[in-house]
Amino acid sequence: MEQNRRNFLKASGLIAGGALINPLKGQAYNSSVDDTIKVALIGCGGRGTGAAAQALSTTQNVQIVAMADAFKDRLDESYKNLTAKKYKNAAGAPVDIKMKVDVPDDRKFVGFDAFKKAIALKDVDVVILATPPGFRPSHFEEAVKNNKHIFMEKPVATDAPGIRKVLELAEEAKKKKLNVVVGLQRHYQANYREAIKRIHDGALGDIVGGQVYWVGSSPWMKERQANQTEMEYQMRNWYYFNWLCGDHINEQHVHNIDVANWVKNGYPVSIQGTGGRQVRTGKAYGEIFDHHTLDLVYADGTTISSQCRQFEGTWNRVDEAFVGTKGRIDSFDGKKTILKDYKGSVMYQHDDKGDKNPYQVEHDELFAAIAKGEYKFADAENGAKSTMTAIMGRMATYSGKLITWDEAIKSDINLFPDKLAWDASPKVLPGPDGLYPVAIPGKTQVI
Amino acid sequence: MSKKFLHLILTISICFQAVAQNADFKNYTQKIGGSTQVYDMVAVPGGEFMMGSPASEKGRKADEGPQHKVKIEPFWMGKTEVIWDIYDLYAFKNMEKEMAARYPDPDKSVQKTDASTRPSPPYVDMSFGMGRSGYPAINMTQYAAIFFCKWLYEKTGIFYRLPTEAEWEYAARAGSKTAYSFGNDEAQLGEYAWYRKNSDAAYKKVGQKKPNAFGLYDMHGNVMEWTLDQYIPDYYAKRPANEAFAPVTELYPTSVRGGSWDDEPVDLRSAARVGSKADWKVLDPQLPKSEWWMTSASFVGFRIVRPVKTPSPEEIKAYYSPKLIEDY
Repeated sequence: MEQNRRNFLKASGLIAGGALINPLKGQAYNSSVDDTIKVALIGCGGRGTGAAAQALSTTQNVQIVAMADAFKDRLDESYKNLTAKKYKNAAGAPVDIKMKVDVPDDRKFVGFDAFKKAIALKDVDVVILATPPGFRPSHFEEAVKNNKHIFMEKPVATDAPGIRKVLELAEEAKKKKLNVVVGLQRHYQANYREAIKRIHDGALGDIVGGQVYWVGSSPWMKERQANQTEMEYQMRNWYYFNWLCGDHINEQHVHNIDVANWVKNGYPVSIQGTGGRQVRTGKAYGEIFDHHTLDLVYADGTTISSQCRQFEGTWNRVDEAFVGTKGRIDSFDGKKTILKDYKGSVMYQHDDKGDKNPYQVEHDELFAAIAKGEYKFADAENGAKSTMTAIMGRMATYSGKLITWDEAIKSDINLFPDKLAWDASPKVLPGPDGLYPVAIPGKTQVI
Repeated sequence: MSKKFLHLILTISICFQAVAQNADFKNYTQKIGGSTQVYDMVAVPGGEFMMGSPASEKGRKADEGPQHKVKIEPFWMGKTEVIWDIYDLYAFKNMEKEMAARYPDPDKSVQKTDASTRPSPPYVDMSFGMGRSGYPAINMTQYAAIFFCKWLYEKTGIFYRLPTEAEWEYAARAGSKTAYSFGNDEAQLGEYAWYRKNSDAAYKKVGQKKPNAFGLYDMHGNVMEWTLDQYIPDYYAKRPANEAFAPVTELYPTSVRGGSWDDEPVDLRSAARVGSKADWKVLDPQLPKSEWWMTSASFVGFRIVRPVKTPSPEEIKAYYSPKLIEDY
């Protein structure tokens, strides 16, 4: 591997020697030894900006040194917010992060190839990948090739070719000992960690069933503006286009599906399901469904049911529940994380008092490992396989067919446009009535 | 028209309205046009009361003193906390439109509110699986609750706002001087309130417990309620004379009252005060954080009041134009 600055720091023992032990105290920040962990932010939306702020709120000496986004206005807004005076850390205390954002205009990159320029910067140690998920595989590829540690948001792809690429690169990242954290933040949330550790230790016996839900309301939608090319419109309103988002089953429900996989310690061998577009049928909602339900069937024959929908004015639940041969957990929602046996005795009850914000913990742990020169996080494989599970769910509901893991992962259907340019065409286009083609179970081919 | 003349007309019409309302000062039901939803308003007579708690009250905190006399003008207050069924109409424009198509309203209330400033849609379900229909709306910011009042004003033409802390406590006490409106006996709390001991870690449908002497439900417990005030711990000591409330100048802390499903009895006392905290938004992963949703305050809701004396159009405009304080 290329001997970059960070590796040099590790190799030279400066870190072990204490230069970073208390990086924000004393003069470490301004010391002549450059111990700063330098970060490039790729994808400057609200979430990317939030992730950057969390990176800056760790106890390590972190600096944002480059930013990239397809849109200049998004980047400018993000820069403005990151340099706002009144930023508060997770504990609500005011933090001056302004001095930790060193992004002059020549390190602000705009356009489709902006990510390449930011990731290629020699001084960058860590990249935050927070663009719409469709771009993740190519951005992850660039980051791994350039030997950067990585925080990347979920989901990590929108189609099977993208997943295969991420899986391949996950192996390469492992070989290079690049830490990769994926924003499936339940893995960094105390109540999930504690309860699932006990489930894996056998507290509930064998897990033989369960339900996972993201049953909520509809998120943001961006209306088409005059003078937008089709490419720009889809990029702005990315939630509703599969090449960018993968449908909400992928973008949101991946969290809960991932918990099912985590609890089961595996990935479904087959999925069948049903879904459709019942409420959100207008042209502004692109091509995605507004509800899906799935049977996730695991290798031992266990079926976990999954539901996601985006309706307003309905009963809602975003949570998971599992039953085992010895007991059950009905909810992971805050105070309700309770493992019980079938006589009602409580085996474990999580006390969430003092639990840290899992979004912050993701960064705390990642940056602590990087500062110590440790290789601890290889989330990409699970991130890819849980994302694949969600994509497979979409394949099942779009086609109405039973889809096996083996056929899903081999799918060559590539949703990504052949060319990325503002005047290029995405693969899915509106008809004369402005409506986009929508999958029809029984007819639509997904493999 | 001269400014003076306009002022005269406005003054006369306000006086007339006030008199008319006084003559008809009783409980009423506010219809939410273009929907099947209604909201019951309880007439709360004006009067004087001692705000805060005596030093002898069990569980009393320093911010509850010194007790001081406050004069309260008559107002109507929501019989219950605002429920999701109504809040969602405001929060989700599409839902209001669909409802209005199903229940056409001669006053065309939807058109009236179509341009309202509304919350951005939340990414995560804000009821946290605790139930929606008939349950109190929660997790909104104080800012969002004020804009709800504005939306309702645009729909109904009637001025609604959040209660001041003083109005809230006056209403909660309903003439009582004890820790709770029903007395000092914690053992009776379960008849009146949902709190940690009986809530099974979730809020409950509104209006299921006994009301207080004014006929208001869930003033103790279920969900805490936003007031219009900045939370200032020593405000009672340094409160300016004739100051109706402490205007908000900082995003945190603002004042919430009444305790919640997640609280101990002591926190449900009429005089107990709580200031909002930045970490009520801790799970908002975005920057800046939402101005509309708290994300981690599943114990905070609100109810609204309507003063008998309708303020001037300028005052109404001021009430409905809270300063947006961005949250980083």
